[in-house]
Amino acid sequence: MNARPAIESRTDAGGCTEVPVLRERGQREVFCGLTSIIWMHRKIQDAFFLIVGSRTCAHLMQSAAGVMIFAEPRFGTAVIEERDLAGLADANDELDRVVDELLARRPDIKLLFLVGSCPSEVIKLDLSRAAQRLSRKHYPGVRVLSYSGSGIETTFTQGEDACLAAMVPTLPQAAADAPPSLLVVGSLADVVEDQFRRVFDALGVGPVHFFPPRRAQALPPVGPNTRMLLAQPWLADTARLLEDRGARRLVAPMPIGVEGTTAWLHAAADAFGVPAARLDAVTAAARDRAMQALARHRERLAGKSIFFFPDSQLEIPLARFLARELGMRLGEVGTPFLHRAHLAAELDLLPRDVRLSEGQHVDRQLDRCRAERPDLVVCGLGLANPLEAEGLATKWSIELVFTPIQGYEQAADLAELFVRPLARRQKLVA
Amino acid sequence: MQLTLWTYEGPPHVGAMRVATGMRGVHYVLHAPQGDTYADLLFTMIERRDQRPPVTYTTFQARDLGGDTADLFKAAAAEAYERHRPEALLVGASCTAELIQDDPGGLARSLGLPVPVVALELPSYQRKENWGAAETFFQLVRACAGPHAPPPGTPRRERAAGQRPRCNLLGPTALGFRHRDDIREVTGLLARLGIDVHVVAPMGARPSDLATLGEADFNVVLYPEIAHSAASWLTRTFGQPSTKTVPIGVSATREFIHEVAALAGVDPAAVLADEGARSVWYSRSVDSTYLTDKRVFVFGDATHAIAAARFAAEELGFKVVGIGTYSREFARDVREAAARHGVEALITDDYLAVEAKVAELQPELVLGTQMERHVAKRLGIPCAVISAPVHVQDYPARYAPQMGFEGANVLFDTFVHPLMMGLEEHLIGMFREDFEFHGDAAPSHLGHAAAARPAPEPAAVAPTPVAAAAANTAASGPTLVWSADAEQELKKIPFFVRGKARRNTERYALERGVTTITLEALYDAKAHFGR
Repeated sequence: MNARPAIESRTDAGGCTEVPVLRERGQREVFCGLTSIIWMHRKIQDAFFLIVGSRTCAHLMQSAAGVMIFAEPRFGTAVIEERDLAGLADANDELDRVVDELLARRPDIKLLFLVGSCPSEVIKLDLSRAAQRLSRKHYPGVRVLSYSGSGIETTFTQGEDACLAAMVPTLPQAAADAPPSLLVVGSLADVVEDQFRRVFDALGVGPVHFFPPRRAQALPPVGPNTRMLLAQPWLADTARLLEDRGARRLVAPMPIGVEGTTAWLHAAADAFGVPAARLDAVTAAARDRAMQALARHRERLAGKSIFFFPDSQLEIPLARFLARELGMRLGEVGTPFLHRAHLAAELDLLPRDVRLSEGQHVDRQLDRCRAERPDLVVCGLGLANPLEAEGLATKWSIELVFTPIQGYEQAADLAELFVRPLARRQKLVA
Repeated sequence: MQLTLWTYEGPPHVGAMRVATGMRGVHYVLHAPQGDTYADLLFTMIERRDQRPPVTYTTFQARDLGGDTADLFKAAAAEAYERHRPEALLVGASCTAELIQDDPGGLARSLGLPVPVVALELPSYQRKENWGAAETFFQLVRACAGPHAPPPGTPRRERAAGQRPRCNLLGPTALGFRHRDDIREVTGLLARLGIDVHVVAPMGARPSDLATLGEADFNVVLYPEIAHSAASWLTRTFGQPSTKTVPIGVSATREFIHEVAALAGVDPAAVLADEGARSVWYSRSVDSTYLTDKRVFVFGDATHAIAAARFAAEELGFKVVGIGTYSREFARDVREAAARHGVEALITDDYLAVEAKVAELQPELVLGTQMERHVAKRLGIPCAVISAPVHVQDYPARYAPQMGFEGANVLFDTFVHPLMMGLEEHLIGMFREDFEFHGDAAPSHLGHAAAARPAPEPAAVAPTPVAAAAANTAASGPTLVWSADAEQELKKIPFFVRGKARRNTERYALERGVTTITLEALYDAKAHFGR
């Protein structure tokens, strides 16, 4: 990357790419990969996610999804029962029966994911073979794919990575001599996607494809002239598989905050030979608007300290945004998994004294958090109320995954999510 | 395998968590993979608890499965003991750990901890949440009170003269439906009778309290789903009788008072003379006339479903058109209750089956769980929540018990509030074409929903073919057609009975081989089914 002073890479100067990371092992207060189905099933509107798991998996999904928000959700659980384990029923026959039942009920489904869980992995139920078998049976109406969202292999957002990785082999091959195209990888809210598409159009960058697509059959092509821009930090396997198919990853921070969004767009502009002046001109209005909106929130957040418990892998981009654009002081920044290569541009932008931690031992991390007494704690739903009761202000991390936060127009909304808990505490007097 | 979209009960280890979280001085070490910690948020978010549940999850990963998951368990258990210093340690496996068969009980005992270790065997692939809670409570009671049991056959000692009778309240847990308020109501009721509460358990009890359970004169079983097995063991072991009546509704509360008064040897007359149940008079007041024979469908855990149906029928004058439960362990009790109401019980944990039943019966009110609330919303039927599974609004800030006389007052309000009020219902019946006060309007006291009437239909409405059977199933059969004028007339019927009218008319037509439903057929059917 080159160009703009604000986003110049500091790797050569040391940056914090080499900053030591506290790696912890112990109880993790995080969701498993199944939970990412909550947004994936809204994103791909004709896909169904069938978890092959236990009652616990089903209970997790309805608890995490906030008890029944969708009348008839496009996800469900094939609950493994005693007779499946005892071998009385052939699990594969049972699965075929459940899938038949489901597809008969939901003729609108075009893509079915069999999603592996902890129990299905432990009993070694081969879902990829089941998916091939069922795909043959239900082709061409329905394509059946499989991936694992199990807690023994995946943490929360890694479920999206596994899901997209399962889709990569089904993407059409782009011709070797096709003109360069841009592939934006990672689920974004539709409104954000539309905003980015307008910017790319104005820049003359294109053709642009988003992955995952909104409909199962609108699969983007991939080939040696595909330039890939990651919109989310949790796509390790997906990116690797796309690279195997020839796509070239553009190095950029995540499109979070004004700075991140500009750098992210800049990476695309650069790859498509768009001059910096053009990018400036196209984005100037949105950038100004966003910076003005941020200024208000900066007054309330500057100088305040923040502590991140690990959750979605968004922690590092968020910390970078809060430190650089809102003047917050970073305490510990915990992340479930640190992908140094994908986050290189982010790590470069972090303050040098940042304390990163990877993995979790929740009791020890709580001890550190209590000792530090940050002004704001970013944590999961299991920890938020207990920490509030101890007098610490919290921001639920899951909201950061379920809210459109990327891009210029959302930068202030994102900042506001951090302002709200602090502002609320000031208002309440009783 | 069973296809599940939503589930009434969690896995059995969540039941164990409800017991552990309700108690004090207990810690639960759960052998479980990453992700099972989701269960914490049930307690911290839905119930708004201000502390984390006392649970340590071992959090094993795929790479541990080859060898050292047992060591991981021992390390987690030892560390949890050091950090939390519980009076008793519960250990067990979640569904995944059950498959790897590490024997948490044996591993924990090998640590030689100086406190009782209670190993839970909760078969995740057979059993569910309430069973898990009952089993956990029973095992804890046995482990803590067992050492204090008298030799078998020892007669129960008479209460010393002048000593007030004492009982235990058994069954309330964390994440229960109004358990918090029921404890207060029942404790107050017992106090007025001159009976002291010795221990409330699991909620609020320590293992050291459980050790003294046998000292009480008898046990009050508030929630049989959770307390039944522990209470039976206490009866066998300590000769303590336990109550059979769950005091939900005025009649049941009176029966409960007689039952405990007999067990305690006290005179209930004074308490019965001063009940304080407004619901009795409210129900007799003329304003409540419109409640007569309101058709109600009831679904929930067995205890709450049976009690709600009885209250609805006997104390509000509703007509119970259906009752069911997801508590298979108590199916017999619900079947008996159903027989008393002259209906067949629906015993299922498949919410789609419940939804189909509600759609078929078209009741005027649904009393159910959060699942039925959702089903009813979809079908446009008023609903009140009477049982777990719960959501955050089932933990009201105010005092809102289900039990005792105050509980009956709460039930009166809860069941009546979602309905159209009496005069309002009449006015809608009279002025069906009124532009503001039409059948699609929500009850006026329920806010802004459906304020505006949909745009008037074009004069000539095309005949609407409908599938013959229940509206939402694609059964094969002769196709019925509604004539335009009949379809228009149907729209003049208030929305809360329209579904029933449509269903009845179609049934009437089918039974008579009529293929086109005319205005005449509509009114023929009305006369035929009129109550």
